[in-house]
Amino acid sequence: MSPFFAFVKKETLHILRDPRTLVILLGMPIAQVILFGFAITNELNDVRVAIFDSAKDPVSMEISDRLTSSGFFQLSAETGKEEDLEGVFQHERVKLVVVFPPGFQERFYRNDNPQIQLIADATDPNTATTIVAYASAIIRQYEEEKKGSAALPYAIKTEVRMRYNEELKSVFLFVPGVITIILMLVSAMMTSIALTREKELGTMEVLLVSPLRPLVIVVGKVVPYIALGLIIMGIILGLATTVFQMPIRGSLGLLVAECLLFVSTSLSLGILISSRVKTQMVALLISLMALMLPTILLSGFIFPVENMPWLLQIISHIVPARWFIVIVKGIMLKGAGLEVLWEETLILVFMTIVLIGASIRSFKLRLE
Amino acid sequence: MSIHHISKSYGPVQALNDVSFEVSKGELFGLIGPDGAGKTTLIRILTTLLLPDSGEARVIGLDPVKEFRALRKHVGYMPGRFSLYQDLTVEENLNFFATIFGTSVRENYHLIKDIYSQIEPFKDRKAGNLSGGMKQKLALSCAMIHEPEVLILDEPTTGVDAVSRKEFWEMLHRLKDRGITILVSTPYMDEASLCDRVALIQNGHILNVGAPADLVKSYSRHLWAVKASHTLRLIEDLRKHPAAYSAFPFGDSVHLALKGELAEGELLDYLSKKEHREIEIKAVEANIEDVFMELMAKKQAV
Repeated sequence: MSPFFAFVKKETLHILRDPRTLVILLGMPIAQVILFGFAITNELNDVRVAIFDSAKDPVSMEISDRLTSSGFFQLSAETGKEEDLEGVFQHERVKLVVVFPPGFQERFYRNDNPQIQLIADATDPNTATTIVAYASAIIRQYEEEKKGSAALPYAIKTEVRMRYNEELKSVFLFVPGVITIILMLVSAMMTSIALTREKELGTMEVLLVSPLRPLVIVVGKVVPYIALGLIIMGIILGLATTVFQMPIRGSLGLLVAECLLFVSTSLSLGILISSRVKTQMVALLISLMALMLPTILLSGFIFPVENMPWLLQIISHIVPARWFIVIVKGIMLKGAGLEVLWEETLILVFMTIVLIGASIRSFKLRLE
Repeated sequence: MSIHHISKSYGPVQALNDVSFEVSKGELFGLIGPDGAGKTTLIRILTTLLLPDSGEARVIGLDPVKEFRALRKHVGYMPGRFSLYQDLTVEENLNFFATIFGTSVRENYHLIKDIYSQIEPFKDRKAGNLSGGMKQKLALSCAMIHEPEVLILDEPTTGVDAVSRKEFWEMLHRLKDRGITILVSTPYMDEASLCDRVALIQNGHILNVGAPADLVKSYSRHLWAVKASHTLRLIEDLRKHPAAYSAFPFGDSVHLALKGELAEGELLDYLSKKEHREIEIKAVEANIEDVFMELMAKKQAV
């Protein structure tokens, strides 16, 4: 056996002999995808709604029916007086109150500026906006059906299509983000910890006083983690495509290749960190603070990069995850190929080369 | 192995101060001194792990600074801390170290047979679960597996029980008989007599170098081992005596070194007056620790 393979074998044994970490590493992506896919969702289901109907005529009741039978809303309180408004929001925990003024039907058919008031609970602004948008759409649709478009001769009708994610499934947004975070976590954090562990336990001393070249030590250390990263990617993609019917519209081969590229970028970051610190604890903290936070916050995974202040936008350019998320979304959702994503890919390649160069240079041949 | 005027400091702390000595081929050489004397620093410089601030060294004719790659192939090094993989088994550790040195256990089994055969029954046990003595045997096997010309051991017997210590030294002697040059550091003065030659080191200074027997012979003072019922008070009173050069505890007695002559009866009278009981006085031969204390006191006086 060559020294290199002996090293890879040893490192693999380390990973396998620590089943707790392994379970966390393999379980985390599953938990995250399922959490993001099912629990953390922007889609509406059975939102509690109250209807204050002062009109009580066929039109207002029909609209109420439409709302409650849409599946998005669930009726939890009806009629009442304006004064009850606060109580309904506080005690019934409704998110939306629909108010019909008296004589609504008459004004509706006379085209005399018929009004429905929608009062939403805006403690969560995003949800409130979505709820109001859903309700408005249902009401508008009703109006069109009753009057036909002829009744509104000058209205501009917009037809919206949500391309690449027709149903606005949030899991489509989260899967690329989760892949990015987990790959970063496994590659950068685990390798930086694995390398500093050798320093901390003193085994690095023996490795240094051996004919092993630094490149062999570093690459041998890293290869098992690349494999682990790919296994995890497989788990995430498997879950995303089967449980959440997420498509992979582009080439799977390209996706795997890009993941390998991103894993290399993260690994070289991990190696760089480990060459600068002495203890596993510090390596862990630096990986979390300097890598995980930017990956989550500045990559466009949660907050769109375009909406950030210009300073953060500039900083986001050096976050590898920012480019990788564009690549994953492009391949999986848009079916894009290298002809579209070459720019992002090149940026990652460049980052990787610089980081590997820097980490090999700063790998110490001695103890100090 | 030769060391010429090596100095090394960590910030304001001078770890090694102009250290020089030679180790001949095939010698079992002891580096003896208390914790913090600079033993580990010197060993790390010789094993290419640290760079000296000044001075130069040769190990099997190679410079640990410039020719570190060549040297790393021929040195067997056993660090002070147990530095094997605790989560790998005994056998996996040995195989790993054999492979990274470009050899195999089968090829060089004869080199470690003596030592390894003692722990072979536990070869499937994780290294972390071995006893202290067995860990040392495994570490020595791993350091020996690539047939090094020089073996450098940093405090191999620290934290190991007395029986294992004795066994370990026997192993070192057998390796020495095979012609391997061995440099071993230890804080235990009583291990000095097991070496061919020793260097006594304290605060980064080499106090003396020589064969243990010669060092002991060079000790010129009269030495008495004194025992009494109350050891602590005994030391204080002995130190107050005008003829006393030094007094320090040694095992269950106190070693008293004299400046000049003092009759046994006089000392007995002196101690009786101070109300000591069960007094025993006998003249003893100096040992390495006495030599060390004497040299240390001299150094401090300068």
